[in-house]
Amino acid sequence: MKEIYLDNNATTKVDEAVFEEMRPYFCELYGNPSSMHFFGGQVQEKVVEARNCVANLLGAFPEEIIFTACGTESDNTAIRSALEVFPDRRHVITSRVEHPAVLTQCRNLAQKGYRVSEIGVDGEGRLNMEEYKAAVDNNTAIVSLMWANNETGVIFPIEEAAAIAKAKGALFHTDAVQAVGKIPINMATSDVDMLSISGHKLHAPKGIGVLYVRRGTPFRPFMVGGHQEKSRRAGTENTAAIIALGKACELAATHMEFENTQVKAMRDRLQNALMTSIPHARINGGLADRLPNTISIAFEFVEGESILMLLSELGICASSGSACTSGSLEPSHVLRAMGVPFTCAHGSVRFSLSRYTTNAEIDCVIREMPPIIERLRQMSPFGREFLKGKA
Amino acid sequence: MWDYTPIVKDHFLNPRNVGDIPDADAVGEVGSLACGDALKLYLKLDENKDKIVDAKFQTFGCASAIASSSALTEMLKGKTLDEALSISNKEIAEFLGGLPEEKMHCSVMGQEALEVAIAKFRGEPIPIHDSEHDHGHAYPDFEGELVCKCFGLTDTFLKKVIETNKLTTAEQVTHFTKAGGGCGGCIPKIKELIAQVSGKTQEKPRKRPEKLSNMKKMQMIQEVLERDIRPLLWADGGDLELIDIDGSKVQVAFRKACAGCASSGNTARMVELKLRDLVAEDIVVEEVAA
Repeated sequence: MKEIYLDNNATTKVDEAVFEEMRPYFCELYGNPSSMHFFGGQVQEKVVEARNCVANLLGAFPEEIIFTACGTESDNTAIRSALEVFPDRRHVITSRVEHPAVLTQCRNLAQKGYRVSEIGVDGEGRLNMEEYKAAVDNNTAIVSLMWANNETGVIFPIEEAAAIAKAKGALFHTDAVQAVGKIPINMATSDVDMLSISGHKLHAPKGIGVLYVRRGTPFRPFMVGGHQEKSRRAGTENTAAIIALGKACELAATHMEFENTQVKAMRDRLQNALMTSIPHARINGGLADRLPNTISIAFEFVEGESILMLLSELGICASSGSACTSGSLEPSHVLRAMGVPFTCAHGSVRFSLSRYTTNAEIDCVIREMPPIIERLRQMSPFGREFLKGKA
Repeated sequence: MWDYTPIVKDHFLNPRNVGDIPDADAVGEVGSLACGDALKLYLKLDENKDKIVDAKFQTFGCASAIASSSALTEMLKGKTLDEALSISNKEIAEFLGGLPEEKMHCSVMGQEALEVAIAKFRGEPIPIHDSEHDHGHAYPDFEGELVCKCFGLTDTFLKKVIETNKLTTAEQVTHFTKAGGGCGGCIPKIKELIAQVSGKTQEKPRKRPEKLSNMKKMQMIQEVLERDIRPLLWADGGDLELIDIDGSKVQVAFRKACAGCASSGNTARMVELKLRDLVAEDIVVEEVAA
């Protein structure tokens, strides 16, 4: 079965050009960039090049780029570092809709005696800026807010939030895993101190991430025991993946406009078609500023896992905010923080597009989705009540 | 992705008996939109009002909830009400070739709906309680003390599931019933219930049989070694292997930490006492070199 892959916020296809770029660095050019011989040295040159590419995409200096193993490592490192450099500041700020990579860490800190403020969002998933402004104080060590939400695509006003943190002397970190490559980001004109990237969200392979650390920002490494990355992240470099990420960032810059025009147009077409053809549906975060590729849509009276399984039978890959897909019993913390009623949260489905998505694929989803929802509503006691009422 | 069996997939993709029975004799409804799954079960009985001649369902929920409901309706047809009541959630899961542990609550939901339907038909107390969620399914008359407020589950119900499925941890109880999976406030109480149930199981003393054939005796010796003795040794990093059984003489070799342990003589004695206690009075245990 040919897949229709609309789950690009989960992971993305490695771009063929990216794969070609990394291919020689396994069996042929496998040298260690730290080595003193030519064989390692030629790899070192490519790592430097890759670092430049990542820096270019972010409007950063190459020495501000630290390669890590994943977005989660970058998030963990940033928060731990801030607490170590500011031992007297015992307050951490984050949001209720963060990725678990940040949220779990913050909740662990709360158990260790740190004061943690989780800033709420409104019904559209927008950050409560008043609550945030009131929370930042002289005791705040770090603020960690995501640039764009993985489930809804809602974008936070990160630049404004970073400036507020800076005014109080707190460090500002952003999990930009979903944003980098999809929307323009420029560290040259920003107050953001640290920023996390994950390679596999922008067509590089899994197992590579970046922590951007602004020049002059006090920093303590998480991984120690080696001089790599200027002793800020010990461990032999994942050279092939670093080189791949460099290429992926270079390509992301060239495709950014396409993401915000063509991909966005397909997303909007999908959204409008589903909202027209399926009654009792709502877009989660529909009124907020969103990523161009993401749509989170809630269908009442049906459950998300069932929708995903029926889509999967047709080769369509999507994701859900439903409890049942994760094995937990509560629907997504993001949708709950937004106050999405339980009745909708369980039936939420996320489609996330990429530059590989085609109009034919969108047509297929537009065609297949209404009968799937109808079928499940026919089966659901609540859906039947509703359908009866409609008749 | 969940590891669903082909039977689960088949019952999800081609569910049997979806719909309603307008003149149903018994209807059981459990769960709610808020819970994330719900099942409405309809039963049609024969003229003696005893045998189930037709069963239909409507389910809101994940693939395994739909498959469990479909399986249940298939299992019910042709059964008397008493036979139907003896169907456990375990049997529903077995019918489907098994369910992931996190999804066992789907099979429990089927069993619940069945119990509710039959209890209502017979005018008996309702075994479970749908509490906080005001979707018009609250049962005013439920049996037992409410334990999980989030999912409306009583101690009577939870103890039954713990016993049927031999659950030993609070996490398992959550997987099977959802209890404790919301606010988590009832987890201590769930642990208490597990202790009560397991305590009760241990209270039933196992008795040594009066007479045994040689074959049966050998079987029982092996069973006791596997079930009662080896787990004890594992706890201390040791193990034992059954070498031979000759009449009442049982030869064992000690392994791992038990091998060469100074007190292995005591251990052999312990094994002997246990076997005498549970199998036959004349058993002698001999330790042989590994």
